[in-house]
Amino acid sequence: MTRNCNPTEQAIINGLQGGFPLTREPFREAGAELGLSEGEVIDTLGDMLDAGRISRFGPLWNAERLGGAVCLCAMAVPPRRIDAVADIVNAHPEIAHNYERTHDLNMWFVISTEKPEQIAEVIDRIEAETGLKVYPMPKTREFFVGFRVDI
Amino acid sequence: MSMLDQVDRRIIAATQTGLPLVEKPYAAVARSVGVEEEEAIARMQRLLTSGAIRRIGVIPNHYALGFTANGMSVWDVEDEVVDHAGPRIGALDFVTHCYERPRHLPFWRYNLFAMVHGRSRTEVLDKVARIADLLGPSCRAHDVLFSTRILKKTGLRIAA
Repeated sequence: MTRNCNPTEQAIINGLQGGFPLTREPFREAGAELGLSEGEVIDTLGDMLDAGRISRFGPLWNAERLGGAVCLCAMAVPPRRIDAVADIVNAHPEIAHNYERTHDLNMWFVISTEKPEQIAEVIDRIEAETGLKVYPMPKTREFFVGFRVDI
Repeated sequence: MSMLDQVDRRIIAATQTGLPLVEKPYAAVARSVGVEEEEAIARMQRLLTSGAIRRIGVIPNHYALGFTANGMSVWDVEDEVVDHAGPRIGALDFVTHCYERPRHLPFWRYNLFAMVHGRSRTEVLDKVARIADLLGPSCRAHDVLFSTRILKKTGLRIAA
């Protein structure tokens, strides 16, 4: 975050969070919509990936529709144990991300597995390894998932 | 999902980290999975229509773009109200994820989650206040859990 986005980057981030064409020359078509050349779109995406401004460019797969499972979980970790517990939790390859948050339930992580039944197994292992209770917070309904950042 | 065959799975594996940044990206994907370009495009179109692909485009890194405040707003609303309020909150342009989740009483009373990103905590709290206005008296309590540290961040695991 060393500088603001230039207008080309801004146009791509705001205009291409979805709807990238499924056609033979999608960069040319997407560029035409944004007033950019094919080369500008390709080069700017590459630069933004290298700089870490975007984490990925391509399809966002829905793991659950592909047979996998995702479950948000929370733990109340004694503050002085937080680093040690984070190491234990994060060592499981099924942990997609893990955030420390401002609450008694101060550790929030997402378990992502290839098969639904593996979620409970990962929770059991984490409880056994940490001696702490894991509160599963699976979504029961989804109202919106996107990013919609507007810069 | 049973509708996926081996070619679909190879397409997933080939695109999970992103599309190739070349003039004909689907031709490149098709070559790497051993099908014709037209077939790769048709399969991805079907996966997009079925919802297996949520969308195709930029996945922004919100921290790197200056959205450094990340507030998970959590709401205790009557279950019957969720039907009506969930879609309205999800439709707010500053809400990036909105889910109904189970309570863990008495420890955790909140059943509706809405993720709000902003350039500062103040901006996030202003947005949360707008959600509170929208919910009105049907909300019995709410809280905002700011992230203080990213402890881990990788992708989802999809069987290929």
